[in-house]
Amino acid sequence: MLSCPECASPVTLAATPRLSEILECGDCQAELEILAVEPVTVGLAPEVEEDWGE
Amino acid sequence: MSKPRVAVLASRIRTDEKHILAALDRRRICYSHVDSRTLWSFSHGTAATPVTLNRELAHHRAVYAARSLEALGVTVVNSATATEICGDKWRTSLALRAADLPVPATALALTPDAAREALAAVGYPAVIKPLVGSWGRLVTLVPDAQVAETVLEYIAALPGPQAHIVYVQELVAARGRDIRAVVVGGEVLGATYRTSTGWRTNVARGATSQPCPVTPELVKLATAAAAAVAADIAGVDLIEDEQGRLAVLEVNAGVEFSGFQQAMGDRVNVADRIVDHVLSKVEAL
Repeated sequence: MLSCPECASPVTLAATPRLSEILECGDCQAELEILAVEPVTVGLAPEVEEDWGE
Repeated sequence: MSKPRVAVLASRIRTDEKHILAALDRRRICYSHVDSRTLWSFSHGTAATPVTLNRELAHHRAVYAARSLEALGVTVVNSATATEICGDKWRTSLALRAADLPVPATALALTPDAAREALAAVGYPAVIKPLVGSWGRLVTLVPDAQVAETVLEYIAALPGPQAHIVYVQELVAARGRDIRAVVVGGEVLGATYRTSTGWRTNVARGATSQPCPVTPELVKLATAAAAAVAADIAGVDLIEDEQGRLAVLEVNAGVEFSGFQQAMGDRVNVADRIVDHVLSKVEAL
């Protein structure tokens, strides 16, 4: 079972996790990123930068 | 396994990108996902895939990636030119004016001092927007000259020369909503009202979307705005004044469509239409 790097709560994944996919921890709402898929690892997603957007 | 003909460039796989990748999967298209954070390029050589869909959300990475890929002969959707223009509000304003499209009164001041006169000329209430940025971030409502003094002092104290170039726009009395039209390949897929309890109507700030009637005027304006900035795929933001006349606020090259899709339901599938357009580029090679 994966755990949130921020609060250590279990993290639920989609059926087919994708690299760089963004998830939200159901417990602490931290934004997480899938860093690898075989096996799946997650880390805290990068903070929003000034030039991000549409 | 066949060689990918399409690459999707993205550093964050958000809901929108998941829908696009799922649309590619459904059609069994061989594609590669390229994380722009891992990308580097020589100024010459050959590219691995002939067509790239640019979904990079960091403006500078998106522009440099598109320029680099185009130099290698890759067809990038949207093009580097479109990404550059849409990512800079003043360049967008100039392109819309050059196409003779209706826009709110807008001025660019090259220093915070010059912005005092620009604001007075545009008239209060006005809005100051960062040249680069999105989601309504740092967009500032300036009701009068007194508040302008303070805001401009803050701007003058910001680091970086670009922050001192001040984009000023009139505040259009807008019934608490604006309109988002999504254009793909010169066709308007639909339009939504974006309504907010605040004065900024970005979905990223919690605005809600409802379907908006697609009138011939809206179609004409949205397609012309996308063409003016050379965007194949565009989120065109329009505003209505009190008389219901439309003007173009901005054009987004990396359109986020979750709110739009939710409002439109099964009337249109934006991800499918984006994939259709990208595949048309592959077939045209």
